[in-house]
Order: sequence, then structure tokens, then C-alpha cells
Amino acid sequence: MTATVTTPRAGSRNTGIRRGEAAAGWVFVLPVILILGLFLLIPVLMALWVSFSDWAGRGSPLSGSVNFVGLENYAAVTTGGGLAERDFGISLRNIAWYVLLVVPLQTALSLFLAVLVNRAVLRGRGFFRTAFYFPSVTSSVAITILWLFLFSQTGVVNAVLAWIGITGPNWFQEPSGIVHNALAGLGVTSGPEALTQTDVLGVSLWEWLAGPSVALSAFILMAVFTTSGTFMLLFIAALQNVGGELGEAGMMDGANGWQRFWHITLPQLRPTIFTVVTLGVIGGWQVFDQIYTGTEGGPAKTTVTPAYLSYEAAFTRQEWGEGSAIAFLLFLIIIFFTIIQRWVLRERGVSKRRAARYEVKGGRS
Amino acid sequence: MTRRKMRAAFGAGAILTAGALVLTGCGGGSFDDGGGGAAADGELTSSDDPITVLIASSGEAEATAVEDAVAAWSAESGVEASVEIASDLNQQLAQGFAAGSPPDLFYLSPDALAGYADNGSLRAYGDELSNAGDFYAPLVENFTYEDEFYCAPKDFSTLALIINTDLWEAAGLTEDDVPTTWEELATVSQTLTTGGVTGLAFGPEVQRVGTFMAQAGGGLVTDGAATANSRENVEALEYVKTNLEGGNFAYATDIGAGWGGEAFGLGSAAMVIEGNWIEGAMRNDYPDVNYLVAQLPEGPGGPGTLQFTNCWGMAADSPNQQAALELVEYLTASEQQLAFSEAFGIMPSLETTADAWREANPDLAAFIDGAEYAQFLPTQADAAAVITDFNAQLESLAESDPTTILDSVQGNLEAVVG
Repeated sequence: MTATVTTPRAGSRNTGIRRGEAAAGWVFVLPVILILGLFLLIPVLMALWVSFSDWAGRGSPLSGSVNFVGLENYAAVTTGGGLAERDFGISLRNIAWYVLLVVPLQTALSLFLAVLVNRAVLRGRGFFRTAFYFPSVTSSVAITILWLFLFSQTGVVNAVLAWIGITGPNWFQEPSGIVHNALAGLGVTSGPEALTQTDVLGVSLWEWLAGPSVALSAFILMAVFTTSGTFMLLFIAALQNVGGELGEAGMMDGANGWQRFWHITLPQLRPTIFTVVTLGVIGGWQVFDQIYTGTEGGPAKTTVTPAYLSYEAAFTRQEWGEGSAIAFLLFLIIIFFTIIQRWVLRERGVSKRRAARYEVKGGRS
Repeated sequence: MTRRKMRAAFGAGAILTAGALVLTGCGGGSFDDGGGGAAADGELTSSDDPITVLIASSGEAEATAVEDAVAAWSAESGVEASVEIASDLNQQLAQGFAAGSPPDLFYLSPDALAGYADNGSLRAYGDELSNAGDFYAPLVENFTYEDEFYCAPKDFSTLALIINTDLWEAAGLTEDDVPTTWEELATVSQTLTTGGVTGLAFGPEVQRVGTFMAQAGGGLVTDGAATANSRENVEALEYVKTNLEGGNFAYATDIGAGWGGEAFGLGSAAMVIEGNWIEGAMRNDYPDVNYLVAQLPEGPGGPGTLQFTNCWGMAADSPNQQAALELVEYLTASEQQLAFSEAFGIMPSLETTADAWREANPDLAAFIDGAEYAQFLPTQADAAAVITDFNAQLESLAESDPTTILDSVQGNLEAVVG
């Protein structure tokens, strides 16, 4: 019997006892590649093709009768000058306000809740964790329906507001923007001409600045309510990874609780904050089910979101190209904001100005 | 090329090939279906395939009635047929058309007709119906697109004035006071308006406000041209706006109700503008409310109301159109429509059946009387988006300028009507 001994060469994994592992690896990942390719990659590519074609919804988009129309569908929603452009503009206005308010609120609230239930001294921690997490595991459709009841004209929210003498609005029927309402409270009911006469995507700047409508604000509250639990969980996990040593060192240096949180704990949570904000931004831009089950875009289109508009254009109006174009524009917007946010939250060296604060002041003899 | 790179290239190649196979498989299959099913030459397809019917049901009553009727036809004709209740009709239809396997027959609303007709999904079979001449003319017009009568109107509804008789009598009004003009409507609605009750309520949408435009002699499209900002329409919106501001008219949503029927049932509105579906809603949800149904008052342009309808759409890709046509004839026959009417409160689309219906529903005669002068909303491709936008603007009618609203609608509509 002769045993052949091969010496593995450094830097090569294709020889020796590892020979064939790469092939085996491919065989093992092949099912996933096929499944993802079939149900994710190919549909996405087909949708991309539809956004550049005049497919009208009958038969395959790859059949010979479907033509390439270039950027026509994209132009219709961005420069068309018609209803399609205006609707897209309105949906962007709505969702921008939504994301702008939801992301900071839900991040702050979830961090706050996490810090709260992370305290070892808290009695019944498990109960509170479950209670705060509960909205996240409930179906968004069920929560939407609950919300429609809570925020109806005669609902619980308005009843509570009535105790303190406030006549609540008919939340889901109220199209006025909250910024406009605040301005109206100060006596400003119409904008300067510079704002009302300038249009971006068919919507005047004054309308862009209207703020989320009262109806959309109810959805904003709902999003904060339902997502904070999930993100709280991420923050709890991160907080438990933060060692006590630095905190103790801070205590020795005389930092109070707030300073220890702000200067020691929070910086160590940066990766988690990045995750939470990224997930928040992505989820925020894609809002669909609440609108579909709740208001269908009303009142006065103030709850139309790009995702809902895309669905509506394709399935209701048979404008499949436009619908896909909106979806891909939304994709680009989300990528853009994720990159921006990655850049903002990147690890930076300590700036000189900041470092100077910690330098030992000398020459005081 | 190193062996490792070759492997990677091979792997990528395999994936691309698999992908391409899937893609061409997809394309080829559907392409063949699309080509084969379209019998554009006028011959109806015929085969032994079972018939599938896709409907959007208003509730248990409608679902059961349609299922029973289709089952009865199936037993009679020997052709297998089944009914599916859609949870989202538009989406399920779109899915069927894209996949090349649509239901043979389905509910089709007039605003979806143009889109499906344009992409060749529909079989225009109207003229082949044996009872084609018996339908109300405006209904046939509603389902005629580019001079082709596409599908048989399955039934229809109109809007009328629903009056709460208890509140009516409590306000000291008698049967003679039922309003027949705009002035009278304004007066009685003022009389009926008290602390918790609004005189007249309706939804914040052109599907209700449009009745005033019709009564003023206007309309959104006249003889194929956009006429949204006509003098008549401005007058109609001015009238509605004035009364909304006066508090004697109100949008149902503004007085805490989802729609007119709810406002009426809850007693927060003494009169509403609603269709004949309100009869079922009152019977089920608010059986204690007494009411009468009157024709809508005349405006400066005469009487006016709106009609709503659906038709039995037939798929161009259906392999068994001959049997589907026979099923439609069965479902739109006089007896069957009267049976549907009894089951879920619709009005038959056949003019010849009107008298029988009137006899069976004497209290609701005002609805069918409106059929003679009812208008319908524009049905051109993309008109639905214009309507949605119009509705969005109508919600704030009380604070807006009617002319500005109608001018913007005119612009949008011109782009659609051409």
C-alpha cells in the first residue's frame, strides 16, 4: 500500500486535501442561488425591463410585441407635466415628511425604551420588554384597523383630548398639513409668491412645505408605535455588549449619569444606531400596507406614498411601465439616502478641537 | 486563467444559462398563449374547457346568488363552471391577463374598460348577444369603447334623494315639501338642520357632487370633448359650496361617517344622496330608520343623476368564449336579473324589465326613474386618475374656489380625452 502524501501549498486551496471543496461549496449554495435568482433577481430584472418598455399588462413582457421606449416612463412621472408627475411629486412630498419625522422619533424612542428596560434594578423587566415589543409582532393590517378606530371622529384619542378641552380633528379625513396649520395659527394662511409660484414635480414649494397632513401624522404615530419595539430589541442587545469598565472609569472621573450615557455609552452604540436608522429609512420610504388597508391615499392624496402610487399605477390604471419606473426611482432614492447616512455616521478620528478638550492643561504651576 | 477563476466563470455561466432558460421559458409560454387565444377575427373560441367566473362580491348575499345562478346554468348546459370571489379584483385580473390565464368572465367596471381594451385583454362581444337591444342605451354607451360594444351591463344603480321621514315630520314638513328644485332643496335642508343633524349629506366625491353638475346641465365630457370648467359646472359647485358653508349640506366624512348611508343610519343627516344599495344597508344595519326615496331635485339644467354599473367582461384569451357568451345571456336574462335584484338589491340593466322591477319595489321607483336622464363619468383610459384628483380637490371645496378646481380638472381631462 502506498500512501501518497501531498504537501498543501501555501496560498492555494484547490489542491491537497481541500481539493474539490470549492465545487462542493458551489453545489451547496446552488439551491439558494437558484431560488434567489428565480424569485428575486429575475423578477427584479423583468420589472426593470418593464420600466423601459410599453408593456400593457397582457402576456409576457418579453414577448415580441413589447417595445423598448427608453426613458419615456421615467419622464412621464418626473417631467411629464401632467397628473402622473404631480401625483409622484405629492407622493414624494408625503413620504419625505414621513421619513423625516418617523426615523428620528422611532430611533430616539426605541433607544429610550431600551435604556429603560435594560436597567437591572427595574422590577418586572420581562413584562415591560414584552409590552413594548408587542406592537411589532402584531400584523400591520390589524394595527391599521385599530388605528382607524382610535383616531376616528368619535374615537378614543379624541375622547381623551376632550378631557383637556381640545376638540380633536377627524384625523383620517383631515387633509391639511400640520406646518400649514401651525402657520395658520400664527395668522399666516397663504405663502409668499416665491413659494406658491415655484413648482417642483408639479407641486408648489408652498405645498411641499405644508408638512404631513393630519391623516399622515396619525400614520407617523402608528409607525413609531409599531417599530420602536423591534428597534428597542436591537438596542438592548447592543447595550448588553457595552462593558461596564468605561462607565466605571467615567464615574471615577466624576461624570454624571447623563454625561456617561452621552459620551461613553452612545458612541459605543454607533453601529446599532446605523442599523436602526438604515432599517428605519428603508422601511419608511417603502410604506404600503397601512395605506392600502387604511386610507388608499386619501384624504386629498395626502397619504399617497410612492410604493402605493406604484401599485395603483400598475394594477388600477394599467400603466405598468410607469408603475415600475416609480418603483425603481424609489429604489434609487433609498440607495441615495442610505449612502448619505452611511457617510454621516462613518467612524471619524477625534477632531483637533474635540481632542483639545481632553488635553491636560499644562503650565499652571 | 487559473483553475479557480475558471471555476468561478463556469459557475457564473451556469447561473446565467439557467436564468436565460427560465426567462425564455417564461416568454415563450406566455407568448404562445397570447397569440393563440386572441380571436380577433370575430369567431368566438369554443372548447370543452370549464368556465371560470371571477366576481367582486358586496357580501354573502351577492356571492351566493351568483354562485347559485352559475351552478344552475352549468347543470342546464352541461358545461362545467365555477365562481371565484376576488379579494382584490383589479389585482387578480391583472395577474390573470399577464399570465395568459385570465378568468373567462369577470366583473368589469367602466373605468377599467379602456385600459384592458387597449392592451387587447378583452373580447368585445356585445353585438353578439341575443338580447343586445334590450339594455338601457346609456348603459350600452357606458361600455362602448372606440365604437365597439364590449360587454353586457350586468345591472346598474342610480342616485336619488333619501329622506328620513321621522326627522322630516318632526321638522313640520309634509309630503308636498319634497324638494323638486335647488331652491327648495336649500330651504328644506335648512329647516332640517338642527344641532346634531345636518340637512343633506353626501360623500366628498364627484360620484355624488356630480349630480349637481348634471342638474345644472353640465358634465365632465360632452360629445367627446372635455367640458369640466363649463359655466354650468361652476354654477353647480358654487351652489354646493354655498350650502356647505351654510352648514345645511355636509360631507358625510365631515360629520363622522364613512359614507352617506352611515350618516343617514346614525341620524346625523336627515337627507342623503345615495344609490339603491342603501336599501340593503338600511335593512341590515339600521332597520329602525324610516325613510322614503325621491328623485333628485331639478337644477337650472333640468333633472340629473349619475348611474353606476359593471359589466360581464370576457377575456380575449378565454378558450371557451362561446359557452361564456351563453352564460352571460343566462345571467342577464330578465328572470335572472330580477332574482339578483331580490337577493342583493340591484336594478336590472334591461329596459324591458323595468316595469317588473318597479312593481316589485314600488318604494324605490325613484331610482329606476332616474335611468332615463342619468349621466356617467368619463371612461377614457386614465380618466380614473383625473377623477381621483378631482375628488381630492372636492374634499376642500368649502375652502377653495370652484373655478380654480374645475380649471385644473379641465387641464387634466384634456390630456386624457385628447
